[in-house]
Order: sequence, then structure tokens, then C-alpha cells
Amino acid sequence: MTARVVLVDDHAMFRSGVKAELGTRLQVVGEAGGVSEAVAVIAETQPDVVLLDVHMSDGGGLAVIEAVRERLPDTRFLALSVSDAAEDVIALIRAGARGYVTKTISADELADAVARVAGGDAVFSPRLAGFVLDAFRDAPVAPSVDPEIDLLTPREREVLRLLARGYAYKEIASELFISIKTVETHASNVLRKLQLSNRHQLTRWAADRRML
Amino acid sequence: MDCVTTASPPARRLYRRPDRGLAGGVATGIAEHLGVSVWVVWIAFVALAFAGGLGVALYGAYLIVLPTAPDAGPGRFPTWLEYVAAGVAAVATVGIAATTFPANGLFLPALFASLGGALIWRQAAQPERARLRSVSRSIASDSTGWPGRVRLVAGAALVVGGGALVLAREDFTAVRDGFLAMVVTAVGLALLTGPWWIRMATQLSEERAERIRSQERADIAAHLHDSVLQTLALIQRNANSPREVARLARGQERTLRTLLYGNRTASGNFAAELRAAAGDVEDAYAVSVEVVIVGDAPLDDDLAALAAATREAMVNAAKHSGADAVSLYAELEPGLVSVFVKDRGVGFDVATVAGDRQGVRGSIIGRMERHGGKAQFRSAPGTGTEVELTLPRREG
Repeated sequence: MTARVVLVDDHAMFRSGVKAELGTRLQVVGEAGGVSEAVAVIAETQPDVVLLDVHMSDGGGLAVIEAVRERLPDTRFLALSVSDAAEDVIALIRAGARGYVTKTISADELADAVARVAGGDAVFSPRLAGFVLDAFRDAPVAPSVDPEIDLLTPREREVLRLLARGYAYKEIASELFISIKTVETHASNVLRKLQLSNRHQLTRWAADRRML
Repeated sequence: MDCVTTASPPARRLYRRPDRGLAGGVATGIAEHLGVSVWVVWIAFVALAFAGGLGVALYGAYLIVLPTAPDAGPGRFPTWLEYVAAGVAAVATVGIAATTFPANGLFLPALFASLGGALIWRQAAQPERARLRSVSRSIASDSTGWPGRVRLVAGAALVVGGGALVLAREDFTAVRDGFLAMVVTAVGLALLTGPWWIRMATQLSEERAERIRSQERADIAAHLHDSVLQTLALIQRNANSPREVARLARGQERTLRTLLYGNRTASGNFAAELRAAAGDVEDAYAVSVEVVIVGDAPLDDDLAALAAATREAMVNAAKHSGADAVSLYAELEPGLVSVFVKDRGVGFDVATVAGDRQGVRGSIIGRMERHGGKAQFRSAPGTGTEVELTLPRREG
């Protein structure tokens, strides 16, 4: 089953480019150029995956996620951006996006990422992996309330490092002698920790780095 | 034609026209605004002047409060003539007041006060904004311009003179009267000139804001012209070479990011050095380098060597791998710095090549070993290459 996708980006040129590239591999059922339009299109078409621009002229992807999340819990979001701002990306992930890729991603990788998100997995670009490693890098200053979600396991750290080095899930699996499924589980766990963690370092960290 | 003019009447404001009127252009301005003959206005003022001097007071008030028309040229008369006219008017007013009202003892102080008022009015009613600004600046900057200096000296002399007069009398009735007169004058002045001061303050701050805005606009326009437009022109000329177009676009993207998001890492730091190196490699070899850096530290000799070795590894990947993208990942941990440079290019047989290629041996392996670090190569034909550079850190 090919995933049904809605494209949300305020640049029509970019939308048509992505549509042309993904058209054969995915089913693009709708597109929108702004927040309110996106909310309407998503509610109407009920896609599997929404490809979501982080920055739009009338608000951001964050507004779209917040407007739709309640009504359509099964719709998944993949953030797609030229933005380098860590706090924007982290905000979107914490709102519920299943991953973040940069717009320079190749068509094959993008199709792969959409399929992965449609299947419920997390998608880490090297940059997002770097953000997460950076965010969880320092040992918590205050005793952690919940070490379960405030710390990464050594294995998760290893997976993230390989992602940051540009490894694909398959390559990570063979590098660490684990199955691809296990790599996916680690990635999803990291994403969950990122969403649930209340570590104030995370917020502070994101605020400190407008950019990375 | 009529429809057009009535359909959209221009929003009219009441101005005075010193360039056309005889005495400050108040009557001319009012006449223009109301669309009646200037004579009607004059007659109205003269008639009011006989009603207890109301016309004269009104005229004076208008003179001070009304703004000059924005398109008005300089006044019809030379500046010195206006000063003389102001002086004569002040003396006449004071004279009339002194003879009309019984309080003759107040004549001299009132004369001085009127002259001071005339001077202030002269400054206030100056039509040219630039001159106004220079005057207000001269207050702040210790009165460097001649108008400010003259005004300060005159004002100070009047104040001292008035005080001396009052004290010389040693007459408490006169002091009380003088004080009362002063309070009344001050309140009147505040009423008359208050709007003008407020207007000038808002105008000045508006102008300052506008100046800052236009300066920012000019900066951005200049930047866009120097960088983006030039790059777009180059891209059009190189449209048949995708590699060149990608290189130009990538370089421009980096420049714009720096402009928009500012310098993310302090220069002189390891992360900034790596980013600069990655940018140079992108520009020189038309590949894209995905840079991910975790942590940062000030550049010391060891880190500088590591950065140089990293640059060499990226150059190798760009030159020999045939891949159009290179990944750079650097992580600074408390005791260790690791750098990974990875490509998905042709790869090579590590056993046969790595050791005897000068770039690899001298610039990467040798450099790392001299600084207590290590370089490892992982590659095989067809699988791409990954260079791992590690450097233990002495904490200090």
C-alpha cells in the first residue's frame, strides 16, 4: 500500500517539485500553502503522512500539528525544512512530528522517509541526530526526575552517533550487529524521550542554539 | 471632471504659508484651507483685534501652533527682517499692555520676558526642519552652533536681568506681582506652545525611526545585490552545468544563512573552523558537505591540527570519491574529540593505497600522530569511505 501524502509548504514551486519527484512512489492526495488551508485539506483527505514545512508565512508547522492532532490522531507528520534553527525543529518534534529531514534530501531518501513515518517509525536526519545528541549530552545538573526519559542509553547514543555520521538504518544494523527492526525501535525510543522529557536543559539548550 | 474632484477630495490640513503671506503666512494658509479670499481672513482678524485685542492674540497663537506647509519655500523676507519685526511686535505689545493696564511697575520685566519669548518663538517658528534639528542638537551638544549660543546667552541674560530687577526693588508687592505674572506667563506659554513641542518631539522620534528603518533596508538591499543577484546572474550563465549551479547555490545558501541567523559559533572555536573548512571544500569542489557538530571548544594547537586534517579528509572525499555529498560529524566529549568524514563514493583498498598517498600519510595520519591522535580509514572498493579522526583531550 502506498502512503497517502499531503504536502504543506508555502512555496508552490517546492510543492510541485516534490510532487513530481514523489508522484510515482507515493500518492499525493492534497497540498496546501498555508496553515488554515492545510488544516482544511488534512481534515478532508485524512492522509497517512503530512509533509510539513517548519516555517510558513502565516505561521508554522507547529500550528498545523496543534490544530489537527486532536481530531486525527492517526495522521503522522514529517517535518521538512531549510531551517537550521534547533529550537524550531525540537518544538515540532515535541509537538508530535515523527521526524525531521532537510529540503536538500534526495527524492529516494524522502520517499523512504515518508514510508518509514507512515509505518510508525521515526526518521532522523543527521542534523536532527546531532541536535538530540547535543541536547542529551550534558549529565543532568539536577537529579533527574525520571531517568527513564531524561537519559539516553549507551545503545541509543551509538545509534544516534551513526545516524549523525550519515549511516542509513541498514548500515547501522550491520555495524552494530543488530536487526533493522531494533535500530528502528531505538530511534522511536529516542523520539519518545525527546517528546516526553521535561528536562529544562532541553528547553534551555534549544533556546541557547538558535542555530546549529 | 467634476465627478473626479468631488469623488476624492484630497485630505487637507491647515498650514501656514510663510513663502506667500506677509506676516508668517497665517492668513494665507487659512484662506487656502477655507477656499476664501485672503482679504476676508484679514478683515476678520482686524475686526477681532478691535474686540479687546482678540484678533492679535489669535494671530499670534496660530503663528506658533500651525505647521508650515511641507512644500513651502523659505519665507519671503530675509531672516534679520523677521527678527526685527518680532522685536517691534514684542515692544509694541508690551507698550500697549503697559499703558492699558495700571501695573506700570511691571513694565520692564514684562518687556524682557516678551523679548525672551520672541527669541524662543523665533527658534520655534523656523520653517526649515534641518535647522530646527541643528538647534535642538545644539542644546544637547553644549551649544556649538551660533543660533544655540546666541539663544543661550540671551536667555541667561534675561533671566539674570529679571531676577536682578526684582531683587533691586526689595518690594514684596512687586515680588508677588512679578511672581504671579511669571506664573501666568508660563501657563500661557505652555498652553500656546505645548502642542508645538509635542509635535516636534513626535516628529523627531518618527524621523529617527524612519532613518533607522531605511538604513536597515539599504543594508539588506546592498547585501542582496552583492550576493544573491550576483549568484543568480552566474547561475543563469552556467545553466548548462548542473555541478556549477549546485556549487553556486550551495555557497549562496551558506552566505545567506550566516546573514539571517548570525554567526552561530564564536570564531576561533573548533566548530566554526570546521564549518569554514566545509564551506571551502564545497566551494572548491562542488560537493555538498552535511555538517553536524556536537559540542564546541576554543581552538588550540591540537584542535587546529585536527581541523586541518579534517579539511584534508574532506578534500580527499570530494576529489577522489566521485560522490556529490560528504558527511562530516564531529563530537567533542570531555576526554576525546572524534571526527568522521564519510562519503558514498567509489572507495578504495585501504591496504594498498592509504599508506603511500602523500595527502593521506602526511596531512592526515602524520598530523594526527604528531598531536597524539589517530586516523583510521574504513573503505573498500565500491562501498564508500569513512575517515575517523580521534584526538584525546587534555583537560585544562
